[in-house]
Amino acid sequence: MISFKDVSKHYPNGTTAVDRLNLELPEGGITVLVGSSGCGKTTTLRMVNRMVEPSSGTVSVAGRDVLAADAAELRRGIGYVIQQAGLFPHRTILDNIATVPLLLGWGRRKARARAAELLELVGLPSDSGKRYPHQLSGGQQQRVGVARALAADPPVLLMDEPFGAVDPVVRTQLQNELLRLQSELRKTVVFVTHDIDEAVRLGDRIAIFRTGGHLVQCAPPAELLASPADDFVAGFLGAERGLKLLSLSTLADLPQEPAPADGDRWRLVTSERGEPLGWRDTEGPEGDRAPLLPVRALRDGDSLLTALDESLASPAGLVARVDADGVLTGVTGRERIHEFAGRRHAEAGRAAARKNATEAEADEASQAAAAHAEADDEGTPASDPSVTA
Amino acid sequence: MIELLKDLLRWLTSGSQWSGTDGIATRLLEHLQYSLLATLVAAAIALPVGLLIGHTGRGAFLAINLSGFGRALPTVGLVTLVFLASGLSMWPVYISLVALAVPVIVTNTYAGMAAVDPEVRDAARGQGMRWYQVLFQVELPLALPLIMTGLRLACVQVVATATIAAYVSFGGLGRYVFDGLAQRDLVQVLGGAVLVGVLAIALDLALAGVQRLLFRNRPPRAHAH
Repeated sequence: MISFKDVSKHYPNGTTAVDRLNLELPEGGITVLVGSSGCGKTTTLRMVNRMVEPSSGTVSVAGRDVLAADAAELRRGIGYVIQQAGLFPHRTILDNIATVPLLLGWGRRKARARAAELLELVGLPSDSGKRYPHQLSGGQQQRVGVARALAADPPVLLMDEPFGAVDPVVRTQLQNELLRLQSELRKTVVFVTHDIDEAVRLGDRIAIFRTGGHLVQCAPPAELLASPADDFVAGFLGAERGLKLLSLSTLADLPQEPAPADGDRWRLVTSERGEPLGWRDTEGPEGDRAPLLPVRALRDGDSLLTALDESLASPAGLVARVDADGVLTGVTGRERIHEFAGRRHAEAGRAAARKNATEAEADEASQAAAAHAEADDEGTPASDPSVTA
Repeated sequence: MIELLKDLLRWLTSGSQWSGTDGIATRLLEHLQYSLLATLVAAAIALPVGLLIGHTGRGAFLAINLSGFGRALPTVGLVTLVFLASGLSMWPVYISLVALAVPVIVTNTYAGMAAVDPEVRDAARGQGMRWYQVLFQVELPLALPLIMTGLRLACVQVVATATIAAYVSFGGLGRYVFDGLAQRDLVQVLGGAVLVGVLAIALDLALAGVQRLLFRNRPPRAHAH
């Protein structure tokens, strides 16, 4: 677990990058730090592996103050991925991945063997190990960056806008890969981005920073979307909060109905194997020869946002659902999706309200304690409840 | 003109001219000795300075300006000055040759270090390399093409300037130039000049070969810097 206690970072020129940050990052989860540029999110991340040292306060990893450790040794135990991958251009891919194992003195053979394993883990062909970074695409370089960070199997992974420089299609792929890896490895991940959609997609928890290094709110994505702490957070989350919340649920939670039978206006035409081919308007002037309107069949793993989108595009307002083999299993109507979405929204809102209520009580208690402490010692600054996560 | 070239060719190819204690072979070896020793000493001084400035990013302004000053020093003037101070010895020659080579090597080394992508340096530190590991495993290999260019440049300049050894009565190929001038023997002057030029080009090509051999696995990007 990583924890920040009253951590501030001031620079000699007078700017404050991080201002009295209190934050606990749970073990085995992805915490995403978001905010516009200059909000201190990258500084916060870099204080974990001491690339930046705090001006005051304590950053600890697994209960140990990072300043107490030797910086180089600390960093070898923490995976670090940066935006342009930062690969060593004069070393082969395999040697790039083997960097930390070699620094730890594993020996060349063992380090290379481990690097080859990782190449496979991040989905790169094994012959790419002999190549040089400039011979790889941006997306592939970024995979190598992740492999290098994971090489010595560190419990903590720091990712500083790792997918910021690749195109949207590749970014989505890399995000999926990260979620797949995370489901296997369960690392404690700190992920910095300015893209709120990426944060919602990847984060178990999202911490939103405001310019000047203030943490405004830290909560699971559903809670954040249902109940933003203030206008700044609401503005940052954007106008489509309800839709983003839908992206967090999958179609698996919704029941299916049989596909429309003969007699209904719209008929779902399938192949012999049962794969949906398109919608046919049986009441149109052309009857059974009418051209098929396109259908995008969805699986249980697709998000409700995708389902809602498809239900709008579908002429009958129905989403065609298929199993893993692409065979039609049933349909789900627009109303069902709406109804479920409304329920999800209400639940998330209630959960957030409950949490806020308990926190308010805790705050009152801690303020009372602080007031008590101040009575004993006039010099002790009161804790600022607005930055307590 | 044709006569002159014929005489020059005869001078350069006659066997008697090449042999003996003041033959071309001896002078060539002396010249090589002055040049290589001066370049090596200059490299020993300039490389650590350039690497340190490049690694820390500190003192660059001072170093670049000192280098500019060093380059502006007239070598003949420096030789005369040190000669007057130290008397008849090889010191004036070596000191001025080293003073000529150091700025070239420092600026190129610094330029090579400055061209290393800050993201790569950051990544190296972030993976847990200590300062000397960052320097020797990442920065130095990446800066090496430019550092080599600096060494080549310095070497060529030193070879061309080592003729001044003869100015203070020592050997080397400058002997022919200064003696020829004194004796109004144009062929001898030209012969010495041609030999100096050929030696400089040969050394440069040899170092270029070494450079190509060292970096044949390099991405083209690193060469371009």
